[in-house]
Amino acid sequence: MADVVFSAVHKRYGAVEIIPGLDLTIPEGSFTVLVGPSGCGKSTLLRMIAGLEEVSGGSIHIGGDDVTTSDPSQRGIAMVFQSYALYPHMSVADNIGFGLKLSGMAKTEIAARVADAAETLQLTHLLDRKPKQLSGGQRQRVAIGRAIVRKPRVFLFDEPLSNLDAALRAQMRVELAELHSRIGATMVYVTHDQVEAMTMADRIVVLNGGRIEQAGAPMELYRQPATPFVAGFIGSPRMNFITGEEARKLGGDLVGIRPEHLRLSENGPWIASVRHVEHLGAETLIYAEAEAIGPLTIKAEGDVALEAGKSIRIGFNTTDLHRFAGGRRVPN
Amino acid sequence: MRIRTKGQGQELAMLLPALFFIIALIVTPFLLSVWFSFTDQRLVPRPIPTKFIGTTNYERMFVDPLFWQAIWNTVVFALIVTPVQLAMSLGAAMVLNSAIPFRGFFRSIAILPLLLPMTVIVSIWAVLFRIPAGPFNAVYQWFAGQGNYVDFLGNPSTAMLSVVALSAWATFPYQMLIYLAGLQDIPQDLYEAAKLDGAKPWQRFRYITWPGLRNVNIFLLIITTVGALKLFTQVDILTKGGPNGATTTIIHYLFKQGYATQKVGYASAVAVFFFLAVTAIALLQRRFLKNEGEA
Repeated sequence: MADVVFSAVHKRYGAVEIIPGLDLTIPEGSFTVLVGPSGCGKSTLLRMIAGLEEVSGGSIHIGGDDVTTSDPSQRGIAMVFQSYALYPHMSVADNIGFGLKLSGMAKTEIAARVADAAETLQLTHLLDRKPKQLSGGQRQRVAIGRAIVRKPRVFLFDEPLSNLDAALRAQMRVELAELHSRIGATMVYVTHDQVEAMTMADRIVVLNGGRIEQAGAPMELYRQPATPFVAGFIGSPRMNFITGEEARKLGGDLVGIRPEHLRLSENGPWIASVRHVEHLGAETLIYAEAEAIGPLTIKAEGDVALEAGKSIRIGFNTTDLHRFAGGRRVPN
Repeated sequence: MRIRTKGQGQELAMLLPALFFIIALIVTPFLLSVWFSFTDQRLVPRPIPTKFIGTTNYERMFVDPLFWQAIWNTVVFALIVTPVQLAMSLGAAMVLNSAIPFRGFFRSIAILPLLLPMTVIVSIWAVLFRIPAGPFNAVYQWFAGQGNYVDFLGNPSTAMLSVVALSAWATFPYQMLIYLAGLQDIPQDLYEAAKLDGAKPWQRFRYITWPGLRNVNIFLLIITTVGALKLFTQVDILTKGGPNGATTTIIHYLFKQGYATQKVGYASAVAVFFFLAVTAIALLQRRFLKNEGEA
């Protein structure tokens, strides 16, 4: 286990600056998720920790050691790739033990560690198979096995679930979270999926244009987003934003309220016309157009009988409003 | 029960033009060769009619020392030129696949030999081999002293190696292009994963590149071997099979028998033997080197 510290880290590709000076500490033993839209620099940041991408300026320390220019294999890290990057001609056992073999470890020790990792990940019966004979979820487990067998100081995950179907993704989220609880290692996880970030992280770093918008615990980011970008990025469906005169009446240049904090209320202050309704069983998503406000999404519990074109009134608690001025949060 | 559909008729119709040319230009001449190999067919028709002579051509062929020398020369040439050419093309492909400056320019330069007809290439190399003061001998004299030279094409011990050097250079860009495509097909993630696993450059080649090129290697091994066994142009222009038969290959032998001495029946027997031998070699290579994914 080790912490990861970025100090004034820059990354440039020619004249284009991807990461314009970034300071960040990833605490020891944490499950930190780097999240943000495509092109925000999250994968670049992960690859710089791994040593697969050169740092243009600043330094990176792992467990107190300056690894800025160290060889990838000397950093004490292991990485799970989006494509899994399993060696296609090697068996599962050889894939998992490859790094140990290259390090010169004794065959008996390699076999013991591979068997141990395989048991942890329920891969024992697949050890003789080749990657192409495995399902997506099994390949994912082999990639994780290859990482844990090396007992690294830091685990890196680069969008590891994005190639899996929705059901398997949900299952693997739980398995990864359990793995973290079990081995307690520092894990850095990159995703563009805020659901993955919210469900697995004990710390989320939201990136935008190579800068940190906000870093903190998932519920902290949900409850008190520091910027409109974080407010809009964290939470599903996306937060509703109100601008102009109506926002000023509510106390900000920009006011946000989450769909789950809006309710259908006969006494509600906003009058809206229903555009579309999605019935999800346990909840209903109502897309409406409110007078003087614009489009709103309402997440109502249970199955709500509504049709497009119907007029509704919408209510909310003022304590659920998120007010922003000058691009920053205005304290309630 | 099989039902013939309109789609199958269309497929057959689309196959017909290719089938026609295969039958007209490959199958028919081959069957004619088989027939000629059992006759005393001459190149120019004679007043005496061609007659069936059984296996006489084959019997004569197997006791002709020049035939066996041609076989030996062809095998030696193929055994040397195939690995040399594949190593050259793989090395060049790896360099051109790496992040070198002006990569596009060097890629264009590297395929130039492929654009020249073999006759032009051989003529250029004939100048390079010239004695006593061709460019190669100029380099040799730089080391061995003035007045010394090597008769590259006139000396039996260097003639075949000279043909090997020329042949390896002349067609390696074709193999290089295929290797380049194969290299670009290997995911970069694998190299990155291997770097994290602590693999050094040689180990990345050994464990990622080489197994990743397995199917390409099998394909190139077969076509390069078959190409080498068909060696003719270089030998015919440079050495005419000499000196003392040192560079006579099976195709050159066949050509001389069929055209110079006009014994088409005998040359057909050599051609049939050559066809069977090349087919056997290609099948053996396929049997022992299965593609990735084959049982």
